[in-house]
Amino acid sequence: MSNSFSLQDAARSGLVDVSSNASLTRFLHGLPGVDLVGLEARAAMLGTRSIKTTAKAEGIDLAIRMIDLTTLEGMDTRGKVRSLCAKARRPDPYDATVPSPAAICVYGDMVGHAKDALTGTTIKVAAVATAFPSGRASRRVKLMDVQDAVALGADEIDMVIDRGAFHEGRYMDVLEEIIAVKEVCGSAHLKVILETGELKTYDNIRRASWLGMLGGGDFIKTSTGKVTPAATAPVVLLMLQAIRDFHKNTGQVIGMKPAGGIRTTKDAMKMLVLVKETLGDRWLDPDLFRIGASSLLNDLLMQRTKLRTGAYSGPDYVTVD
Amino acid sequence: MTNKPVEIRRTAKLFIGGKFPRSESARSFEVLDRKGNFLANASLASRKDARDAVVAARAAFAGWSGATAYNRGQVLYRVAEIMQGRRNQFVDELAAWIDHAAAEREVDAAIDRWVWFAGWADKLAMVTGSNNPVAGPFFNFSVPEPTGVIAGFAPTNNALIDLVELVASAIVSGNTVVVVASLQNPLPAVSLGEVLATSDVPGGVVNILTGDATEIAPWLASHMDVNAIDLSGISDAKLAFDLEVSAAENLKRILRAGASVQGLARIKTWLETKTVWHPRGF
Amino acid sequence: MTFEYAPALESTSVVSIKDQYGLFINGEFVNAQAGEHFATLNPANEDHLANISQGSSHDIDVAVKAARKAFVKWSAMPGAERGKYLYRIARIIQDRSREIAVLETLDNGKPIRETRDVDIPLVAAQFFHYAGWADKLEYAGMGNNPQPLGVAGQIIPWNFPLLMLAWKIAPALAAGNTVVLKPAEETPLTALLFAEICQQADLPPGVVNIVTGDGSTGRALVEHPDINKIAFTGSTEVGRQIARAVAGTQKKVTLELGGKAANIVFDDAAIDQAIEGVVNGIFFNQGHVCCAGSRLLIQESIYDQFMELLYDRCNTLRLGNPLDKNTDVGAINSAAQLARITEIAATGDAEGAHRWTASCAIPEKGFWYPPTIFTDVSQANRIAREEIFGPVLSVLTFRTPEEAIEKANNSPFGLSAGIWTEKGSRILQVASQLRAGVVWANTFNKFDATSPFGGYKESGYGREGGRHGLEPYLKVGG
Repeated sequence: MSNSFSLQDAARSGLVDVSSNASLTRFLHGLPGVDLVGLEARAAMLGTRSIKTTAKAEGIDLAIRMIDLTTLEGMDTRGKVRSLCAKARRPDPYDATVPSPAAICVYGDMVGHAKDALTGTTIKVAAVATAFPSGRASRRVKLMDVQDAVALGADEIDMVIDRGAFHEGRYMDVLEEIIAVKEVCGSAHLKVILETGELKTYDNIRRASWLGMLGGGDFIKTSTGKVTPAATAPVVLLMLQAIRDFHKNTGQVIGMKPAGGIRTTKDAMKMLVLVKETLGDRWLDPDLFRIGASSLLNDLLMQRTKLRTGAYSGPDYVTVD
Repeated sequence: MTNKPVEIRRTAKLFIGGKFPRSESARSFEVLDRKGNFLANASLASRKDARDAVVAARAAFAGWSGATAYNRGQVLYRVAEIMQGRRNQFVDELAAWIDHAAAEREVDAAIDRWVWFAGWADKLAMVTGSNNPVAGPFFNFSVPEPTGVIAGFAPTNNALIDLVELVASAIVSGNTVVVVASLQNPLPAVSLGEVLATSDVPGGVVNILTGDATEIAPWLASHMDVNAIDLSGISDAKLAFDLEVSAAENLKRILRAGASVQGLARIKTWLETKTVWHPRGF
Repeated sequence: MTFEYAPALESTSVVSIKDQYGLFINGEFVNAQAGEHFATLNPANEDHLANISQGSSHDIDVAVKAARKAFVKWSAMPGAERGKYLYRIARIIQDRSREIAVLETLDNGKPIRETRDVDIPLVAAQFFHYAGWADKLEYAGMGNNPQPLGVAGQIIPWNFPLLMLAWKIAPALAAGNTVVLKPAEETPLTALLFAEICQQADLPPGVVNIVTGDGSTGRALVEHPDINKIAFTGSTEVGRQIARAVAGTQKKVTLELGGKAANIVFDDAAIDQAIEGVVNGIFFNQGHVCCAGSRLLIQESIYDQFMELLYDRCNTLRLGNPLDKNTDVGAINSAAQLARITEIAATGDAEGAHRWTASCAIPEKGFWYPPTIFTDVSQANRIAREEIFGPVLSVLTFRTPEEAIEKANNSPFGLSAGIWTEKGSRILQVASQLRAGVVWANTFNKFDATSPFGGYKESGYGREGGRHGLEPYLKVGG
């Protein structure tokens, strides 16, 4: 599913004037401000929702299906990637009813290994690209990074925005880069990583969310997972609200992916609550909401087992990947 | 002949960053009672321990001063609860140097005094702050803020109650402290450290060095990351003078030797005042 | 797979409610003289909870005498000692917080999330704060050696039962007074549990006395000749009656009465947080809040955008079993209150306003009113002027800051107001011109033991909370 809403559409509808960096700046700086205390209080209140029994069982399976099971380390090897893919195929050796995660997420040069290991499944391969995680490289290099991953068969590309350009106020450069990456993606879906931990303020995160969506991203994503804070509840809430506003203004349906720091079932349930109460049930779908995680899967499996057996599980009963 | 079990004796160590290390110098000194009986070997702090204590106090400052006043008040009240539970231990330690009845009175007074300070946490801003009616369309308000890391020296007499006055008056508003215990009777300070360690007080807010103030004090007085110094426990006038001169280097806020400043006035010694202006207009 | 929340009920096993309660006088539970009882119900399902004693004027007299006798020692006690009792009470409240929260939810109908996360923590904080004042009265700006007034008669409402009790008793006791408190007849249970807590704290008998009963019990308390001070929170109408009743006496009075607060949203507000503030302002505690933001004053230029978001947000409010941890909107406190809300809201329809109702299922039993928003409201409408004390929001528009202020102030009430804008200078200017005792900027319904609360005009006089909250209980020196 790709975003057919173009910048020309935006300009034509009168929503955003993208004829210059100055006009784009006026638009972004004219978006409503964010009161930190109010945002955090709302996120905290939604975190008190109590998810039990049937809701919890549904939520666990839904969360599993939403995971982009991730390994992004310099020391990743063919073996590590194959092991992760085996885990995605069959998350729980004791229970074949456990669904698979939506995707595997790896560095671009590992895509081939992942595609091989996932043959015969519908599990997608997402590749991080554009000089992930820093994004500090030339446009040429970043686009080539994307092209290589796409050539190896990546179904999805997770790019990073240029935070340096953002902080310099060169919003148009940030936007144009997203557009260029989207073009090179071809039919691959594009997730735009904002790296919220480097944007620092909620006002910046709202602005960057709009840039990600205006640029053609299919998803906006919180973080690379290499910087803290990452996918905190207030950040996720704010980005979901931006998606809601974009949808109201353009009719486009953009997905969201929190990544980084989501380790427990409780964390995942909080994410689902935020989605449900901000965007509604339509977005509670792996096509529109993904969770970037690695250790989360095992916690979900242990909680799933507990619901089934009534007893707390332990690390010996889930596999390391 | 009774078979009383052999007593397990406590080791008197330093209290730094919420933990109880021995001095990095590995030195110790004998703690005696007024009759010359041996009570314990206590760690003898070195200048490096003092340095480490300042690092710990600085690290703890952001969290402690950033906590809500209510939270600090709760934590301080909890300290009093734990002190109450250890009343007998404090009494025994004081009674090594003063008569038992006086020791009991002092411990009870010290616990009450600590509670008195705890109740100030969420009232200081009301009593010391203000909204100032400047002659212009501005909202103007002054708020008290803690000054930072404070070095202090426990006096020899009134070993517990004056120690309480020193520590509680400093930390209630968010300051963190490094205290050198009395050389003659350090045990109440050691017990206070143990109380603090078990009362939800974050590590580093209070650091207690057993040892000789004559040796340690100059290093604290000259330390450029110490914001204030409490000399009221220094009885040697020459030492006090040298320390005050040394402290002037980074303009430390000073409570002079022999000063008898108590209660709210003592708390205010360690407060800064910040005044903020903001225009009023549609 | 729709991920609907399953019921997440808080257990009531922590609570043990007696069949019948007496009055708490002089440190003991005693029978009321006339032996009459009335029932207290759970408004969420109309279940009978307990039988409560109806206190007569004789019972009030016994209580006042006990309080007067206890006053001698209590006021002479060093402040530090009084403080210790208050600290004990604060601690016990924290220890028993779950039990107290569940009981409050059962008796009042408000969601367990609110009692757990808002009411009970504030109750404990209130006692902690005033415990620390008991031995520091000379610093409170009331003179060198301020003296207590004597015996305080205190009458509290049903909307925040234990919190209103804490707001009254904590400062009174800290200042050295003793009290006779009459809880609302709809919600006496946490006050009676508080009596047990006083016993657990070994509070000297007679310092706190709880006499349950209806309006006639309250009247007897107000009219008792040996009361030095009356503190009342409730309706403006009863407040008027009390003010008349004490005319010609030396009784000091403080009153916390009704409100019709304006929640003002400017075009540069942080919109999503303003939405939360408006929703919280009127639907928190089912709108049973004297300082509720019951009038939304929205700048006309953002009206459409704001209202659309507001309706969407209100449709996510979960109304239902107050014991369910996921409930946002609980029950209306009584049949009588439900009737009042229904009646006044109906005038909105009759007078030409447009009614919108949130889509939520209403349980069969119990007293319920769905979140309701009236638009096309004008200042002359009853729903814009009268306190409804329910989950009903009246929406009006304004063009300029001056107009917003004028409309906000155009009310006999003056308890609270809200201001939503990202511009600091506007906050300060608007706040300085609002005739309201509590102004919330970019937030709403925030309470703190240190923050003075009270109204202008017909919202009453006197302040509760903080240093200011001591003044109603002290003879102020030079």
